[in-house]
Amino acid sequence: MSTLFFIQFMNGLQLGILLFLLAAGLTLVFGIMDFVNLAHGSLYMVGAFFCATLTFWTGSFPLAVLLALILTGLVGLILEMGVIRHLYQRDHLDHVLATFGFILIADTLVHILWGPQGIAIPLPEYLRGQVEILPGIIFPTYRLVIICSGLLVAAGLYWLIGRTRLGMLIRAGASNRTMVGALGIDIKTLFTAVFALGAVLAGLAGMLIAPITEASIGMGNDIIITAFVVIIVGGIGSMKGAFIAALLIGLIDTLGRSYLGDLLQYVIPLHAAETAGPAVSSMLIYIIMALVLALRPQGLFPPKVR
Amino acid sequence: MTDVSTPLSEHMGRPSLFGSPSGRIITLIFMVALLVVPVISHLMGVRLQLVSLDFGTRLVCLAIAAVSLNLILGFGGMISFGHAAYIGIGAFCVGIPAYYGLNSGWLHFPLAIGACTLFALVTGAICLRTKGVYFIMITMAFAQMAYYFFLSLDEYGGDDGLTIYNRSVLNIIDLENKLVLFLLCYVLLLLSIYLVYRIVNSRFGMVIRGCHSNEARMKALGYNTYAYKLTAYVIAGAMCGLAGALLANFQSFISPDMMSWPRSGELMFMVILGGTASLFGPVFGAVVFLILEETLSAYTTYWHLPFGILLVLSVLFIKGGLNGLIQRGWSRG
Amino acid sequence: MLDICNLKKSFGGVTATDDVSLKVEAGELHAIIGPNGAGKTTLIAQLSGDLAPDTGRIVFNGRNITSVPTHRRSHYGLARSFQITSVFMGMSVIDNVSLAVQAHDGHSFRFWDHAATQASLRKPAMEILQKVGLAGRAGAIASAMSHGERRQLEIAMALATNPTFLLLDEPMAGMGIEESAAMIEILKSLKGDKTILLVEHDMDAVFALADRISVLVYGRIIATGKPGDIRKNKAVRNAYLGEA
Repeated sequence: MSTLFFIQFMNGLQLGILLFLLAAGLTLVFGIMDFVNLAHGSLYMVGAFFCATLTFWTGSFPLAVLLALILTGLVGLILEMGVIRHLYQRDHLDHVLATFGFILIADTLVHILWGPQGIAIPLPEYLRGQVEILPGIIFPTYRLVIICSGLLVAAGLYWLIGRTRLGMLIRAGASNRTMVGALGIDIKTLFTAVFALGAVLAGLAGMLIAPITEASIGMGNDIIITAFVVIIVGGIGSMKGAFIAALLIGLIDTLGRSYLGDLLQYVIPLHAAETAGPAVSSMLIYIIMALVLALRPQGLFPPKVR
Repeated sequence: MTDVSTPLSEHMGRPSLFGSPSGRIITLIFMVALLVVPVISHLMGVRLQLVSLDFGTRLVCLAIAAVSLNLILGFGGMISFGHAAYIGIGAFCVGIPAYYGLNSGWLHFPLAIGACTLFALVTGAICLRTKGVYFIMITMAFAQMAYYFFLSLDEYGGDDGLTIYNRSVLNIIDLENKLVLFLLCYVLLLLSIYLVYRIVNSRFGMVIRGCHSNEARMKALGYNTYAYKLTAYVIAGAMCGLAGALLANFQSFISPDMMSWPRSGELMFMVILGGTASLFGPVFGAVVFLILEETLSAYTTYWHLPFGILLVLSVLFIKGGLNGLIQRGWSRG
Repeated sequence: MLDICNLKKSFGGVTATDDVSLKVEAGELHAIIGPNGAGKTTLIAQLSGDLAPDTGRIVFNGRNITSVPTHRRSHYGLARSFQITSVFMGMSVIDNVSLAVQAHDGHSFRFWDHAATQASLRKPAMEILQKVGLAGRAGAIASAMSHGERRQLEIAMALATNPTFLLLDEPMAGMGIEESAAMIEILKSLKGDKTILLVEHDMDAVFALADRISVLVYGRIIATGKPGDIRKNKAVRNAYLGEA
């Protein structure tokens, strides 16, 4: 029982890490440019597809990831410079509608270029096995790789935002856009860089999960809502909030799905629990979101007010 | 003391249902066509999908949904990106009882309205504590929650959806007859529009419009804006639930996909396209959107591409974006 | 009538309201003046209920309203006008005022009858419009009016809620000489009947209207008294009037 729990815990961490990668880009872009990017999930999808094709072309998964990251960043760059930057001044509703349009475009383009079926990404031999992380507990190697990569990226972001000049600009831009502009910092380039960074993070998440779930059309459309829930719970604009909320939600969702049905059996009859279990656990993270909103509407770790 | 009524008779007049005189004629022709075209083509056995009774029924159901969304979006300024949830909930309120052999329409329709009222009350109470983009995202999240909830119910089809074999039984009319179903939907559309007309010009409606225009002002005047907005939100949800129940009857097939968030986006697009803060605008918008969808998807399975491009371009190039259309539509109304 | 006790409000490192205590007597017109950044807006926001003070009490007619929500304060008789014009731009003047009247005419959960045809709203609305001199513009859309007319509408809406206390935030803002004079006349006509707390920059208006004046500098009240005394007060001259 505890072995199963530990494994599910690890799975929850993995989901959490993935959500963090998505939420980080989302919250950066929102926090700094005040831009709501629904199409962030499309960048996630695009990253997965680039990686899939490149894996077949190069025969090397790690190389494919590297190249796909660059390509996804490029897509983000082009998107920002071409369209997104003209929308910053607009109302949030316009952001939502325009990026909704992007989702439709992206989904269709992927369909045209890659066909309607999903594409599986074969993992290299050394990533396919299992590892014994604790005595008697084995866990798929690749999922461990996802967790570790994600934590590495989180550490990297922490360093970037806390310790570099770019990070300082990002933090300054987040608290006072006009001031940073007035200081002569090239806001335009900063915004483009931030957007591209977000795109790379989203793409990375897509690439990491694709070997497990397949690269498929519209794969970003559902998880993007979960990412929104993460940043609402964590506090919009806050990296720390995104990280903690992502892990929290990943864990709650995974553990909830596994155990809620069993837990409910103590309170309601078995047959009802078997239906109610999945039903309630599907709603769990939204209930959490509602609770957080009721008690702490600005999120758990809101960024400092300017 | 000046006699109040005489010099003010223009402002005391009853608000127009149709807008300007020319608008009146166009709207009348349009609504008559909406009724007559599908009926005649059905009676004459015309094969063209676009003018068929099927297309017309679906159109009218979605028009009711759009009208309900416009109440809160166009008049109230509440940008709900999760309104399609009510279509789904309303539909399942027909499907699930039918699954158990409970076919009475007198159960289905009130249940649909009741369930949506409850859902709107609970989620609205939470959403309306937020503003702006938070509100948009949270309405999306709750709709997604409803979507996942129904998806998880394997018993009722889950991902594959639920087929129903009988339409709702109403002993006074026979909904199995396609023509009768269409006429019922059409009549309900007219009633919905009339209801919105009365609401929007009533004291309640003025409060909602005031909240849209300047909520801080409304609070300073003494209005508990939260309570009024929540009420409007619930009314809109209930009305949309009715649309969902009708749609379920028409399609005889219900799936959670009906309430996915892109569906909410489409609904919103219909409302904005048709011109918000106008009574018949949502119907126009629904017609244009569905005709586009029908004709473009006949040519290509990739019709979402031009639609998406259209969305992006309209946001970029319409002055003030689509949100501007909402705001401007408001000052005309 | 209005008793402000030791109000304090800080934002991060900035103390916007620094232990402000003030008593406004019934029937008086009490003006608050002070240089920009003195914290007048923050003070008004706390009085209207838009901002919660960190510490301190606001007592209105013996009732502690410190944590009472904005909309409830209106029903106790406290009305405010906004510094930045806050009327309903898309509506006609008479609709604007009717909406204000409606706020205090029972609840508005009435979904059927047309509001525009109700004499119980229109009649009082017209009376208010006559009082502020906008009766002739009843049918005009607010967005089409001049700035001065909109400021008059702003006052009309505050009056339409039948208040006993008026909180006026720079009613003269952005007005020309003629418009200001007209506004001063309107405010004069309200004196005695309503208690008024007036925040203003326009010194002519302040000295013409005020029974008493309080001076707010860096979030503190540095002086309170009759207009003549304030004019002579050294600290005030240094901090404020002397700068001119």
